Amino acid sequence: MEQQPIEMILLKHWASYVATPIWITDSAGNLTFYNEPAEPILGRRFDEAGEIAADRLAEVFVTSDPDGSPIPSEELPLVVALTQQIPSHRKIRISALDGSFRLIEVTAIPIVGQGGRHLGAMAAFWEPG
Amino acid sequence: MKVTLWGTRGSVGRAGESTLRYGGDTACVEVIGSDGGVVILDGGSGILHVGPRIPEGTRRIDVLLTHLHMDHIQGLGFFPWLRSADVETHIWGPIAANSLAERLARYLSPPLFPLRLRELEANHIHDVAPGSFRIGSLNVTADLVCHPGPTLGYRLVDNGKALVYIPDHEPALGHRSFPGNPRWTSGSDLLMHADLLIHDAQYTEDEYSRRVGWGHSTLTQVIALAEQMGVRQLVTFHHDPEHSDDMIDELHDRAHNARALSVEVTPGMAGSSFNL
Repeated sequence: MEQQPIEMILLKHWASYVATPIWITDSAGNLTFYNEPAEPILGRRFDEAGEIAADRLAEVFVTSDPDGSPIPSEELPLVVALTQQIPSHRKIRISALDGSFRLIEVTAIPIVGQGGRHLGAMAAFWEPG
Repeated sequence: MKVTLWGTRGSVGRAGESTLRYGGDTACVEVIGSDGGVVILDGGSGILHVGPRIPEGTRRIDVLLTHLHMDHIQGLGFFPWLRSADVETHIWGPIAANSLAERLARYLSPPLFPLRLRELEANHIHDVAPGSFRIGSLNVTADLVCHPGPTLGYRLVDNGKALVYIPDHEPALGHRSFPGNPRWTSGSDLLMHADLLIHDAQYTEDEYSRRVGWGHSTLTQVIALAEQMGVRQLVTFHHDPEHSDDMIDELHDRAHNARALSVEVTPGMAGSSFNL
């Protein structure tokens, strides 16, 4: 497998040290990493879940508005960050890998590398208190 | 491809008895391609040795800069071919928010330097993004690597032989154990199966523990990385200015005595050449 760009390597290392739950996708939308603080929210250790292809994410993590109404995929914060290259924030309901449902707030930003390379996106998320 | 080291020291030049063998000049490597083309890797003070060696009749010289820290550019203003209208000179360096020409001009202008960049004849200045390009017989691949500020490593392939040059590099940064998964290791694509790797090995283990994040490696780290990536020969580079020749020998002896190595490892010595 090809090496990740240095910007994404450093982002993953940074994410592995901070206590904020972080989710990282590559430019194709594949989930490449989530950190340890994200694991209790997502319901499984990343080492067990592993990387997840973009076309499988919607079935693995089912998302909706807090009231249960569906969200068009193009309006999900990470999809907005990836496709429109702008930051996005939203409160959503997500099915975790342990079968539970969680209410989370998500802020996603695009990751742009040197030379304007679109490398992916990252999302910080948390459960509202 | 013929590769000659002219400046092997890192951070700052160190002239004196204790650095006579491995050299006290800062980063510079001369590469002669199979077509006779001249490529110079970095413009530290070692570039002063290259100037007089350029054959008469040379029409083009390419200088590939890994980054703009002073020990990699301080010789540029003293390289006579950049002031010659008879030779087409190209300077290549990492892309960043400001252009390479703008960033180089910060040093190549008063009060830091008497001449301005625009007064030199080097009017081909290229901002290099990760990717590949061709210089004569050399296929050059550049990629950003882990070091403070935009920094490139280069892989030069000529006649199927690969030289990789990453003089300033901290691939272990952030890893809980090193080496880890190559997919998440800075520089691994460049390093893969290199015939000759010229790589940072500035620190001892003790020094590294106090300088994490400064952008450099230990000998142990770079040997492990070179072995993991199937490198044939490793030449250590960017010697710490506080390390004497004897200390460099001692560090290498220790590495060789610790275990059998699957990569040939030698300390970079100014004036030494390698034919690939």
